[in-house]
Amino acid sequence: MSAVHAAPRAVVAGVGVVAPTGVTADEHWQAVLAGKSGIDRISRFDPSGYPVRLAGEVSGYPIEERVPARLIAQTDRYTQLGLAAAADALADAGVDPARVPEYRMAVVTASSSGGCEFGQREMQSLHAKDPSWVGVYQSIAWFYAATTGQVSIRHGMRGPSGVLCAEQAGGLDALGQARRLIRDGLGLVVTGGTDASLSPYGFVAQLATGRLSTVEDPRRAYLPFDEQASGHLPGEGGAILVLRPEQDCPDHLGVVLGYAAGFDPPPGSDRPPAVRRTIELALRDAGVTPAEVDVVFADAAGIPAEDLAEARAIGEVFGPGAVPVTAPKTLTGRLYGGAAPLDVVTALLALREGTIPHTVGPTRLAHGCDIDLVLGQPRHRPMDTALVLARGYGGFTAALVVGRGTRGA
Amino acid sequence: MARKAVITGIGVVAPGGPDRESFWDLLVAGRTATRGITLFDPAGHRSRIAAEVDFDPLAAGLTTRQVRRMDRAAQFAVVSTREAVADSGLELSTLDPSRIAVSVGSAIGCTSGLEEEFEVLSDDGRQWLLDHTYGVPHLYGYMVPSTLAVEVARDVAAEGPVVLVSTGCTSGLDAIGHAARLIEEGTADVAVTGATDAPVSPIALACFDAIKATSPNNDDPGHASRPFDARRDGFVLGEGSAVLVLEEAGAARRRGARIYAEVGGFAGRSNAFHMTGLRPDGREMAEAIDAALAMARRDGTGIDYINAHGSGTKQNDRHETAAFKRSLGAHAYRVPVSSIKSMIGHSLGAIGSIEVAACALALQRQVVPPTANLAEPDPECDLDYVPVTARVHRMSGVLCVGSGFGGFQSAMVLTRV
Amino acid sequence: MTTKEFTLDELAEILRTGSGADDSAPLDVSTAHTEFTELGYDSLALLDLTSHVQRRYGVVIPDDAVEDMPTPAVAVRYINDRLAAARGTDVRAH
Repeated sequence: MSAVHAAPRAVVAGVGVVAPTGVTADEHWQAVLAGKSGIDRISRFDPSGYPVRLAGEVSGYPIEERVPARLIAQTDRYTQLGLAAAADALADAGVDPARVPEYRMAVVTASSSGGCEFGQREMQSLHAKDPSWVGVYQSIAWFYAATTGQVSIRHGMRGPSGVLCAEQAGGLDALGQARRLIRDGLGLVVTGGTDASLSPYGFVAQLATGRLSTVEDPRRAYLPFDEQASGHLPGEGGAILVLRPEQDCPDHLGVVLGYAAGFDPPPGSDRPPAVRRTIELALRDAGVTPAEVDVVFADAAGIPAEDLAEARAIGEVFGPGAVPVTAPKTLTGRLYGGAAPLDVVTALLALREGTIPHTVGPTRLAHGCDIDLVLGQPRHRPMDTALVLARGYGGFTAALVVGRGTRGA
Repeated sequence: MARKAVITGIGVVAPGGPDRESFWDLLVAGRTATRGITLFDPAGHRSRIAAEVDFDPLAAGLTTRQVRRMDRAAQFAVVSTREAVADSGLELSTLDPSRIAVSVGSAIGCTSGLEEEFEVLSDDGRQWLLDHTYGVPHLYGYMVPSTLAVEVARDVAAEGPVVLVSTGCTSGLDAIGHAARLIEEGTADVAVTGATDAPVSPIALACFDAIKATSPNNDDPGHASRPFDARRDGFVLGEGSAVLVLEEAGAARRRGARIYAEVGGFAGRSNAFHMTGLRPDGREMAEAIDAALAMARRDGTGIDYINAHGSGTKQNDRHETAAFKRSLGAHAYRVPVSSIKSMIGHSLGAIGSIEVAACALALQRQVVPPTANLAEPDPECDLDYVPVTARVHRMSGVLCVGSGFGGFQSAMVLTRV
Repeated sequence: MTTKEFTLDELAEILRTGSGADDSAPLDVSTAHTEFTELGYDSLALLDLTSHVQRRYGVVIPDDAVEDMPTPAVAVRYINDRLAAARGTDVRAH
């Protein structure tokens, strides 16, 4: 790590958002400030036969106006959302990829469950009919690398691309890897993630975990840190970010200051979960003290034991109630690979605007969750630094520290 | 002194021999493990052949609960993990778990588990609205490929960074490259890394049927995988896993570990050209090779063996032959190049890890595995592809390359220490 | 087995539904002699086309046939040749 001090800082040059709360960063931000939820009854299939019927869908968004028909035919919805968000992020960054050397650009995305709907359709053709009914695009639409591959082709990016899967934590791992590449000398990395698991198969698989909330009132179903927490709701979409070295992009939305990842000990172990250590490592990587962190965007699983573990870790690092904590994801549901990138975008906007969006839903914190969860209305204060946490099914834990940008400041 | 990663343990579950030494025996004998598919009835498929692993998970040490919970790809990964850890002689329980990383590659994750459950949930494809009451508790574990990394991480009680790398057919190389990076940058001291795939299932077979990528040579499966041969007609699906234990070189030396090889360099590039197509000039793969060589501080003449992607499609064989010439120049004609896919088929994301394992063993034992079934070379592939017979050969640096759907091109240089 | 000719319209319809269509490059008589690659259809799109034709008409089209159909007009002719050959086989078989 001898070159660390010379390594450029990775800044966020542009963002693209496709979320249940909005399909531009601004629309999403306004919805979050207004506490306007994207959770509604599922419309992509008939949910009436299932014990959960709510989710956050990206609705009112004609994807065919955003992605060429030729690409729609050969991709799943998760990739279509990723292609649209990537194009928006590049436009927002004001950079023409044709003017950046091709090997100095890369794409690193997270995917949690790949092309669910496409894959289900093709498996149905196969098992209901015969193998000849499986289409030619199955091999490139279903797999987890589809979005990275398609984005790299569409924008001519030939550098070291990648795909990282760590369920809900994967989005931060992608950003961490993108930052590594910028420090290695790349000029532009398209990163983040989108997921679209709202096909019957993706949904039924989630039901099997018992982690989805069966509460029927959309305002009461996903209540992280609340004494009535009963699980979470799924959502689709996410965010794509363009990272660049600071020297090439003085007018930026924020700086990726630090990153760390860890993993929980095996079930039955008496060792503590990884979240506290991961936060501490990310802060150390960022060169930031706990007191310098102005806001924490929590993973907020809505599962009582996990909420408690996360709240305790935050308390241990920052002191009880010492840092404002928020979880705007109650408005979108959990977006899996897309969740943390969207949280990072929200965090950057919060730093820019000096406004912490509130968490809509929870009212009474569960016993032991001694955190300053921002409730009721947004909280205004000048801020420089935010911490984003993400925890993925099975024990994945990641933390990212971001600093305020120069754009619009 | 920059930190480097060295390979101190190897575990392999591959067709023709479910452990490291039987895998190596198969390679040096030039034996092929491709055969008519037995894992399911392939009637109606265009290609009905594969290189299958004869695998008994209980005999391999898994418990009945693990067998119930894990799909075939996860079982492969955990079994090869245990062999690798035992081989390394490392007592993982004596280490700080937060300094142990896990990086597992897989192209298609838990597809075999997903498809088996789909048949039940959909009533054999009759229902689009699947019946959730037939959902097994670990169904979601099949939906998310990260489960494969979870199973490995739990088995070794790792608490450092854990991730599943999924870049199609370069997943294995990329996962190991990622793990080496974590050690080099100081994030981890030990990494358990490799890849796994179990694609011998109806949907995976059918999706390659549809694009005519697989060999339809159903009458002669033992000779169907023919990389660089003029009569090749597509790849033969394989399955399996290889897992390596990587350690920081200094620490490995201090504990007197047996070191197979050092990960000298690794690089990936994208062709940004086509999801399945390759540009005939091999430019992006050559870029990846050049970058990996630079990291290893070697020029092309420092490469004594190339383990090729060698899938046995005309497009691939010519593409990488061009890439080798582009990077190594005249030296390309002097370096033995071989494809072990001729023997164990193409196990998608897993194959890169199995090929790195083969390279590490080749380097340690100074034997180059052959390209089986190569009788009549494609005139446009004019390098030394080590036909049929393994070769004793002095090696200090070897190159392993891979190409994957999505346009991924990866290269790793292993060096003898 | 139909005796109907395979038409350019049918080819356009299969490509449009299977692989998508771009308004800027319409698939009709005006582009019948334009190369597929220029129209934005790659080898996968042509494999999708031939697999539809095989399922619809029950004819076998060889794997490398897509290399022999560079333009829509040639593809239509090629497919009609295969259909005619299949009809001939049928006649002999009965």
